[in-house]
Amino acid sequence: MTMSDLNLTNLIFGRLSLEAIPYHEPILIGTFAGVALGGIAFLAAMFYFRLWGPFWRNWVTSIDHKKIGIMYMVLGIIMLLRGFADALMMRAQQAMAFGDNPGFLPPHHFDQVFTAHGTIMIFFVAMPLVTGLMNYVVPLQIGARDVSFPFLNNFSFWMTTFGAMLTMVSLFIGEFGKTGWLAFPPLSGIAASPDVGVDYYIWSLQVAGVGTTLSGVNLLATIIKMRAPGMSMMKMPVFTWTALCTNALIVATFPILTITLAMLSLDRIAGFNFFTTELGGNPMLYVNLIWIWGHPEVYILVLPVFGVFSEIVSTFSGKRLFGYTSMVYATVVITVLSYLVWLHHFFTMGSGASVNSFFGITTMIISIPTGAKIFNWLFTMYKGRIRFTVPMMWTVGFMLTFVIGGMTGVMLAVPPADFVLHNSLFLIAHFHNVIIGGVVFGLFAGINYWFPKAFGFTLDEFWGKVSFWCWLVGFWVAFTPLYIMGFMGVTRRMNHFDDPSLQIYFIVAAIGALIIAAGIGAFLVQIGVSVLNRKKLRDVTGDPWGGRTLEWATSSPPPDYNFAFTPVVHDSDSWADMKANQYQRPLKGFVDIHMPKNTGAGFIISALAFVFGFAMVWSMWLPAALSFAAMLVAIIVHTFNYKRDYYIKADEVNRTEEAHTRLLESHV
Amino acid sequence: MLGLITWIYTHLLDPYRPLSRLDENRPIAAGVKPLEVQVVSMDWKWVFIYPEQGIATVNELVTPIDVPVRFHMTSTSVMNAFYIPALAGMVYTMPGMETQLNAVMNKVGIYDGFSANYSGAGFSDMRFKYHGVSQADFDAWVAKTKSSTTVLNRAEALLLEKPTIKHPIMHFGTVDNGIYDLILNRCVAEGSVCVNTQMHQDATRIKAAAVMKNLPKDVCEPATVAATAQPTRKE
Repeated sequence: MTMSDLNLTNLIFGRLSLEAIPYHEPILIGTFAGVALGGIAFLAAMFYFRLWGPFWRNWVTSIDHKKIGIMYMVLGIIMLLRGFADALMMRAQQAMAFGDNPGFLPPHHFDQVFTAHGTIMIFFVAMPLVTGLMNYVVPLQIGARDVSFPFLNNFSFWMTTFGAMLTMVSLFIGEFGKTGWLAFPPLSGIAASPDVGVDYYIWSLQVAGVGTTLSGVNLLATIIKMRAPGMSMMKMPVFTWTALCTNALIVATFPILTITLAMLSLDRIAGFNFFTTELGGNPMLYVNLIWIWGHPEVYILVLPVFGVFSEIVSTFSGKRLFGYTSMVYATVVITVLSYLVWLHHFFTMGSGASVNSFFGITTMIISIPTGAKIFNWLFTMYKGRIRFTVPMMWTVGFMLTFVIGGMTGVMLAVPPADFVLHNSLFLIAHFHNVIIGGVVFGLFAGINYWFPKAFGFTLDEFWGKVSFWCWLVGFWVAFTPLYIMGFMGVTRRMNHFDDPSLQIYFIVAAIGALIIAAGIGAFLVQIGVSVLNRKKLRDVTGDPWGGRTLEWATSSPPPDYNFAFTPVVHDSDSWADMKANQYQRPLKGFVDIHMPKNTGAGFIISALAFVFGFAMVWSMWLPAALSFAAMLVAIIVHTFNYKRDYYIKADEVNRTEEAHTRLLESHV
Repeated sequence: MLGLITWIYTHLLDPYRPLSRLDENRPIAAGVKPLEVQVVSMDWKWVFIYPEQGIATVNELVTPIDVPVRFHMTSTSVMNAFYIPALAGMVYTMPGMETQLNAVMNKVGIYDGFSANYSGAGFSDMRFKYHGVSQADFDAWVAKTKSSTTVLNRAEALLLEKPTIKHPIMHFGTVDNGIYDLILNRCVAEGSVCVNTQMHQDATRIKAAAVMKNLPKDVCEPATVAATAQPTRKE
């Protein structure tokens, strides 16, 4: 920067100008018009029904882990719609762009679409949904009133949300990265990507990453310190175990991502040379670092859903989970091994044969504990009295689909095979096979399973089944052609093809994507229909499925304080154990309950972080400095807030519990 | 067991390992030297340099069948992956670094080659034809290419580096000696310092600094001064 750049306009606006608005892109203008109209209608409705006050008091400032969990789920589902719109655009482009037809997305737009698709689906769909489930369920499963650090929880959520918003802003102001979802240098360096796209990528992930790391710390502390009396480590529900391992992974790996991206932005902004090819920099350093985070990230996503499936299989088979101990050890082994496999993402980047085979073999070893889990689930179902409810259908669909994905993964783990299949559509099919067939199916299973706990009514069966079948069939229709084309050597991220014989495969894949879209639609309909029929679908017992763990011991939805008295645990399936031993719900003798108080600080600090991120993207140094200072001030002010707790009085607890008792009695 | 098989085949099929056979039944005779081809991926085209023949091409690769080929590969700006599915597995090309690939083609034909790693706007069209030809046809092709008057020198290489999409096929009859090493070490432009020179100088400096650091330090303390002091002559 020279002195002449230091005028006020530059300091305030940096690189931002009217040029940054993509008004010459009809697709984006159309999208913007839709978003703006929808947004105005939403805001108007909020004013008309005077909902801003309650929204602020009950949700935005809430530090109740249940509400934060629900908000995480809403964020994930909204971002799923965005990420899936990207997927549809890609499938449409690749089905059209053959020979002389360039399709409807020029490279600079198409490249942003696939970058955004990957980034959004991992960071702003899968992560919030997984975190949301853990947030909602874990404290209930361990008999706690809330998480260890309730304010931090609210702050984490808003950081994640504002990170997502920064990604969304890039649609209408400037552009997103054109580098692929991991932004490898030199392509993401300032020389090859001088635009703001990579900066949007970096700063949305940095803002969201703070949230993820802190939420990992929070849940880790919660699980270790706040378990109900009697719940030793080996009596924890399996979902809590997987959440423990996942959060340990988050705490250990997300700082690597933060540092790596910070180094990349230093390269871009300040002319450092960590990852450049000049002056001693080395791009391979980035590739290694990002995958040292990136591979554990895969397990961060998939371990909790293994926990979800474990809970569901044992509940709907009416049996204790087969091989609880082996399940726990398998989870821990996967956690450790996930650090020893990162190089399998780049066998083809010139590492020697010994290094490649080491990482190939460690990768194959991971399939052993994973296989043990599959057998545990199968043996749990064996001779069980299975009820084929919607969560159970997702679980069985998962087992069939995921096993195939696991096997193609072992194929890719063999280095000589990877030299042929790397970066091909086979790889794309493989990781969608494990992420959709594993994580997404698990999330839908979990949503269907715990929805009645969160809202007090079950989800509609019919539309749930429609959604399940659309996803399952759609997945295979969309990705089988990709497996086949991968064997033919077709590469990922192409926006145009010369060979007309491939077109039919892409058309089939696009049809598959449409079937999945119908599945998402059916899921939204399912929620709508269930809300309309909520009286009929009401869950009065708090235990609609005959559950086995503590979250089913309280009412649906649970009271603010979760449990009037902290339960005492004697078994890993504690609620099943309590039911078997004629457990009596305490009806009197309630005492005041100490609770944390809502605060707007999390929202305010995160909003300032959003402004800071936006300013950094556009090199707006003055606003960046101001918003950063404001953030520090807000944090300091918050530390002087001593009104952080309150008591729910014993008679109010009494009233709540009596209402629940009456409800239970009226439906015996 | 699976691990052992993986270990063995990862080593046997390592792209850096010189080939030991032409196909299932024909071992390579001792003393056969593989054909050297230097590959450079640029935005968004492929440059092939034949150092032994002194020729070069853009977006066209020709090699004789049943002759082992050793590719030395690098890139100018971003990463790509050199991939001819019919010939061998892919290996990345990376700026400032060199990767290698050994391969042999057994059948005459025209095959597709392309970049298998996304590298920016022109990536989808970063394709070329690979011709596997008989030795006689190869020699004829080399002779014909040699007759071309164009020269691949530093100036021409700098021009080529500029981003283009769907670059036409080009033939260079003469190639400046060592142009590949200049590209690899990122010093094609006149007057720029080569990465290897720079690294060598850095290493020399570090070694010299280490030697300096280890020199014995002569500290003057009264006791040592007294002990090592010249005996004073008695008058």
